[in-house]
This record gives sequence, C-alpha cells and structure tokens, in this order.
Amino acid sequence: MTEPVLSVRDLHVEFASRRGTLRAIDGVSFDIAKGEVLGVVGESGAGKSVTGLSVIGLIDPPGRIAGGEIRLAGLRIDNLPPEEMRRIRGKRIGMIFQDPLTSLNPLYKVGDQIVETIRTHLNLSESAARRRAIDLLAEVGIPAPEKRIDGYPHEFSGGMRQRVVIALAICAEPELIIADEPTTALDVSVQAQIISLIKRLGRDHGTAVMLVTHDMGVIAETSDRVAVMYAGRVAEIGPVQDVVKNPLHPYAKGLMGAIPTLAGEDKRLVQIPGSMPRLSAIPRGCSFNPRCAFAFDRCRIDRPEPLARGAQSVACHLYDDVPAESVA
Amino acid sequence: MLAFTLRRAVQAIGVMFAVGIIAFSMFRFAGDPVNQIVSIDTSAAERAIVRKSLGLDDPVPVQFVRYFADAAQFKFGVSYQFRQPVAALLMERMPATLELAICATVFAMVCGILMGVYSALKRDTVLAKLFQAVSLIGISLPTFLIGILLIYLFAVTLGWLPSFGRGEVVKLGWWTTGLLTLSGLKALIMPSITLGLFQMTLIMRLVRAEMLEVLRTDYIRFARARGLTTRAIHFGHALKNTLIPVITVAGLQFGSVIAFSIITETVFQWPGMGLLFVQAVQNVDIPIMAAYLLMVSLIFVTINLVVDILYTVVDPRLRSTVGRAA
Repeated sequence: MTEPVLSVRDLHVEFASRRGTLRAIDGVSFDIAKGEVLGVVGESGAGKSVTGLSVIGLIDPPGRIAGGEIRLAGLRIDNLPPEEMRRIRGKRIGMIFQDPLTSLNPLYKVGDQIVETIRTHLNLSESAARRRAIDLLAEVGIPAPEKRIDGYPHEFSGGMRQRVVIALAICAEPELIIADEPTTALDVSVQAQIISLIKRLGRDHGTAVMLVTHDMGVIAETSDRVAVMYAGRVAEIGPVQDVVKNPLHPYAKGLMGAIPTLAGEDKRLVQIPGSMPRLSAIPRGCSFNPRCAFAFDRCRIDRPEPLARGAQSVACHLYDDVPAESVA
Repeated sequence: MLAFTLRRAVQAIGVMFAVGIIAFSMFRFAGDPVNQIVSIDTSAAERAIVRKSLGLDDPVPVQFVRYFADAAQFKFGVSYQFRQPVAALLMERMPATLELAICATVFAMVCGILMGVYSALKRDTVLAKLFQAVSLIGISLPTFLIGILLIYLFAVTLGWLPSFGRGEVVKLGWWTTGLLTLSGLKALIMPSITLGLFQMTLIMRLVRAEMLEVLRTDYIRFARARGLTTRAIHFGHALKNTLIPVITVAGLQFGSVIAFSIITETVFQWPGMGLLFVQAVQNVDIPIMAAYLLMVSLIFVTINLVVDILYTVVDPRLRSTVGRAA
C-alpha cells in the first residue's frame, strides 16, 4: 500500500487553563489516503475542529500538541519550525473554515486575496497569478470570473463566498484539504452544491479531504470513510457504508439513530441521553460510559483501546471478547 | 458618491448656520459693545453715532442677516481692541496655529500607530508594557502641566530648546512658516509634543485595542491557514482593518487639536489664533471671539466631511451601500 497523504498517530492536544490542563484530544489516530474523503463527525466539543487545526499547525497558545505525531506524505509536520510550517500551510494543506462571511478580508478584492496567496506559494508573475486566479474561480463555479475577480467579498453571496474560500484553499494544488464545517453556515440548497464541489475537486486533483462536520447526511453523501469522535477520542472509524448501516460503538449507534429518514416512519428519533462531559470532567474508563445503555463495570474502570473489527475499528469493551470475524 | 458628498455638504452648511446664530447672539448677550469702544465721558449723542456707524440700531434680524452674509465672505467686523479687521488678524495668526496642529497630529499619528502596533504584536514585552504606562501618563496629565514640565527640563535646565515663541519665520506669500529655519523648527518641537501627547496616547491605545481585535478575526485565521507570511498578515491585512476607526478618531481629534491649542499656545506664548482668542476673552473683544468660534466650527465641519469621504475610500463596503442609498 502506498503511503497515506495524512497520517495521525496517537495525537494529544492540551489547553493550559487556570484550573489545570484540559485534554482536548486524547490519543487520536487515523490515516487519509490520496483522493480519499474522511468524514469526521461528533458533537460540538468532541475535538473535531481541534484535530483539523493541529494538522495545519494553527493551534494557538494556551493550546499545544502534547504528544503523538502527524505526518504529511511521510514528512513529520507536528514539530516543524513555524516558518517551515507556514510554507506548508496553503501550499500542501488547504483549509476551509465554517463561515464564508467572515473568512475573507472585507477590504481587499477577492482577486487580490487569491493572487496574494498564489504568489506566496508559487513563483508566478502578477499577471500569470491573475490568470490562474480567474481559472480557479471558474473551476469552483463562479460565473463571469474575469469580472468577479475585481469584486469585494461583500458583493458575493454566502455560497459564492464559500466558493472563493475553496478557490483560495486549492490555489496551490494542496495534497490535503481540511474542510471545517464548510456547509454549516449555508442554506441547504447551497450546501449540496458546495459538497459536490468539494467532492469533485478531490476526485479531479486526487486531493485527500478531511471533512469535519456534525451533519451525518453530508458525511454519508461525500465521504469514503468516517471517524466518529467523542470527548477527544475516536470512538469508531471505518468505511462510510459500514459505519452508517452497521455502527458498532453505542455512541455511533445513537448518532445514526438520530438521523431522520425520508421514508416517513412515524417513529420518534432516538435521542442519546445526557450530554458530552466537559473537558475538565471526563469520566474514568470509557468517556461515554455515563450515557451508555450497555455500560458494565469494566467501562467505568478501563479505557477501551481501538479494536479492528472487519474494515471498522471501534473503541468499546463490548467487543473485547467478540472474535473479529463474528461481527456482521 | 457625488450625491453622498453633496448631501454631507448641505448638512455641513446647516451646522454652520446654527453656529452662526450662536456667534451672533454673543454680541447681544455679552454686554453692550458700544461701552467697550467709547470712554466713560463720551456723551449720549456720540454714543448714538458710534451705535449707528456700527449698525447696532437696526432691528435684530437685519443685523443677523448682515452678520451672516459678511461672515460667509470672511468679513467678521473690526476688533474692538486692535481696531483692525478681525479676518486679517485671524489670517495673520492662522499659519502658526495650523503648523503647530499639523506637526502635533503627525507626531501623534506616527508615534501612536507605531507604538500601538508594537504593543499589540509584542504584548508581553517590557517595551510594550512601558508604552502602556506612558500612555496612561499622557492621558491623565493635563496639557499645561506637560508643557510646563517640558519647559522646565529642556528650556530652563538643559537650555536646548526655546521656551516661547515661534523662532524665525519665513514669509511665503501670506503664509508664514517656521519650518524652514532652524530656530523655527526648534521652537516647534516642545509645543508639538505638548499638544500631540494626548492624541498620541489615544491613538496608541486605540490602535492596540483594534489590532488585538482584528487579529482574532476569522479572516486573519484564514490568512494564516493560507500560509501568508506573518509580515503580510500583520501589516497587509490586520493594519489596514485597524486603521478605519483610527482615521475617524484622528480626524476628529485634529479639530480638537486646533481648538485646544489655546492652552498650548498660552503656555508657550505661541503667536497663533488660540493666543489671540485668550487675549480677546480678557478684553471682551467679541468680534474676535465670534469669528474664532465660526472658524473652529468651520474646521470641525470640514474635517468631519473629509473623514466621511476618506472612510468610503478605505472601506469598499461603505462605497456600495452609499451608492445604493443615494
């Protein structure tokens, strides 16, 4: 097998606070292969965005990467000096943020912002960069790009602005795109367009995509694999059909049960009781145990480690004694 | 854009009209000007002649219209004290005041922005904390005290700089400037610092606060995610966004700098409009006071207008909303 574009191993991220150190990410591991879309789901505060930010090296103090390693196509990037990491950002890793309305500097024309980014990373003349910027705007589906390039961000709609943000993220042909809830701030019809755009770009350029969202529908539609995060850990990871159709972890089961179907059965949606623990009060053992219907003694003492079950991997004691093959 | 400018200009004229009423009413309420001009033993008949020659026996509305029409042509009457046209007196003094105000503002802007940016970017350094402390002093010490302290230190004790006056000036047409001679420049240093110190600390604190605010915004985070250099982010993206409120404050403060140069001019015996005004107050020289009021408000109104227009130049969002509204 070829080397994955992104490989995260046992990542720990901590935030120093007045009341001690908070562990936002506690031993997260995953890989993303070339051209693959990995969906990352979980409730707010599960550590999805922090994982994305640590990959691109934008964890600001008081936060810090406390352990583990991140490799981009084999190159270790979590401990690079700031200037070298800056050269990777935007060139080899592109990032798309949640709110397109605030992601662009309101005082600069969108074209100038794209040209600036292109010229930071690629050795192009002003006019060549501008031509490339027009091509990029066309590629992300902005009509009349040669005219719109001289527009200011406020002259674009939310969906169009997110397209500009995507153009900015891909302008140096990165190997990896981190999309942090790219559709949350958009309305539903625009969401679908943006999702298919990200998917198409990933396919056309062989770009690996890490798609952070709390929208299972978006994941099911876009991703090849999905990681379910809970309280700073990966509860379950696997191919998207398997995890959606046959979730193993009780938390993943709960999440899937909470998706409304169009089939129109009049069943109440299943709700997971309780809420995610605060970072300062993560319970011993499995962090999900207080909310889990299947919890037993061991769950309150030992922390479950990821176990391979078919193509899936699950961190749950329920599967401790079950042989790998017997899981359907 | 043109419609916007015109609308603002009409508003400005309205403001000037209101100020004109106030200036005019000073003549009515600050005592009988005839008494200021004549001596105690002038007869009633002679007083009536003076009254008539000054047009003070006409009905009030007539006097007001005449005053306003004259003021619009920069004719403010004759000073009681100097027996010269007020406009000429003010024009003679204006270069000194404007030069001082401009130097003070440039000093305040340059130092304020530099110190503000520095203390926002290097928040935890000793120098940044020192700037914060200095700015507290600048904001809380009254102008005249700073002036006197500077005179004591640099003029009396060290003898480096002159303690009063403008030094040698060069005439350029009707304008006199102290910027072209060494003694003029030396004389300008202390008054400029005294006058500009408050604005400098204000701008510094504003720039620091705004810059910290802007550095937290999403587009700065996104600019970092795009891999732009720190330099481009700080000085290309953050500073430009920081400067929008700074333009307003600095612009409005320029008006105050001119208006409040009264104190600095008094401390340094600077031969500008402010000093003229103080003398006029002491002598109840109402034409000068009224004209000064009109001049200062004209400057304020003009600056406001310029700031509004500058705003739209810097911020493209305003340009289009203004265009739509107009």
